Amino acid sequence: MSKALDMITRVRGVRGAMLVSAEDGLVVAEQLMEGIKGGAVAALAASLAGRLRRAMDAAGTGTSVFWHLQAEQGALLVVPGGEAAGSLLVVSVTEPDVNIGLVRLELLRVAETAV
Amino acid sequence: MADDIRALSAQLAQDPQSLVFLRLGEALRRKGQLEAALRVAMNGLERHPHLADAHDLYARILTDKHNYERAFDEWDMAVRIAPHHTGALKGLAFLYFKVGDIEQAEAHLAAAKRVAPDDPSIDQAIAMMRKGVGPPSPTPSPAPEPATTAASSTAAVSSSGFDEARVFAGLEGANEGLLLVDGAGRVLGGALRDASGADVTDSVAAYLAGVSQEAARTAKLLGLGAWNGLSAEGQHGNVHLAHPTPEALLLVVRERGMPLGRLAILAQRATIMAQRWLERQ
Repeated sequence: MSKALDMITRVRGVRGAMLVSAEDGLVVAEQLMEGIKGGAVAALAASLAGRLRRAMDAAGTGTSVFWHLQAEQGALLVVPGGEAAGSLLVVSVTEPDVNIGLVRLELLRVAETAV
Repeated sequence: MADDIRALSAQLAQDPQSLVFLRLGEALRRKGQLEAALRVAMNGLERHPHLADAHDLYARILTDKHNYERAFDEWDMAVRIAPHHTGALKGLAFLYFKVGDIEQAEAHLAAAKRVAPDDPSIDQAIAMMRKGVGPPSPTPSPAPEPATTAASSTAAVSSSGFDEARVFAGLEGANEGLLLVDGAGRVLGGALRDASGADVTDSVAAYLAGVSQEAARTAKLLGLGAWNGLSAEGQHGNVHLAHPTPEALLLVVRERGMPLGRLAILAQRATIMAQRWLERQ
């Protein structure tokens, strides 16, 4: 799993990547730069994923396959692994100027292969 | 006119980077050769994407082709590039009038008048609009808006109680894929429909405040600063959530085929419209 996360953290501007249990917000695997609190990222990403899922269900857009929280000093990018994968989330914390498209591709690849 | 077109075409062929495409495109448009005009304008825009006059030309051709949504986008872009572009301001006024937003139409004409106080066409447009007739179309042979059509269009928009429809007037999907809510999840404007056409406005609005609070908490606790947008791809559609003001939330929902980048641009436009609308309330 660590090798799979490598694919994400190799992208320039990525500060960390994790596998998170969507149900309880616990860390399953992580590869983070210093200063990033894995436990907090996992809990917050899982909580936001849950709220977003309910809003998207209500809007009729179906389950999310990728989401991206943009902030002034960075971003959080998430690919939900789906029910078959035991509801894992592939999560990445990045710098603000990262290549979002590239990180998205790597997250999707990890979700397909490792989760 | 035909000679002009031939001469301008030759000049453009000699120097494809020159701005002569603006005159050629306009000449073709005036002659009614809209497809040729469109090609010239698009080629010009590819070479000069930050030229407001190129967006203005493209918008005028689109208006001639009755593609008002795209024309709106192009004039909107022209004004972003050059806020004092009178042609684009007049074009936007024309389109706002067409959707019944007289207030915005007048505001854009007033803005154009501030830039070009001696332009008689602006006074003429203001006078016509006040009489209930549409301002002159940017097309060369304007078909005056029948007063009855204009009036009924205005009535249709104004009849929506809290003026929800006006928030995003002129923007694609204004009443089915754009939603403005306050911090407590109360609907301020716009509406949402799911794929079956069912109105899901209230149920989605109720969830948005929670999503926003969680997004703010997440960004803050992870040291990412203030959040400024949340994009998501769904199995059947894509969404973008933004906050035009600290107290309001804007949700844009589109079909799965619209890329997130384009959705973010659309959300940016809707955000500006929502901010203007909120300032007026």
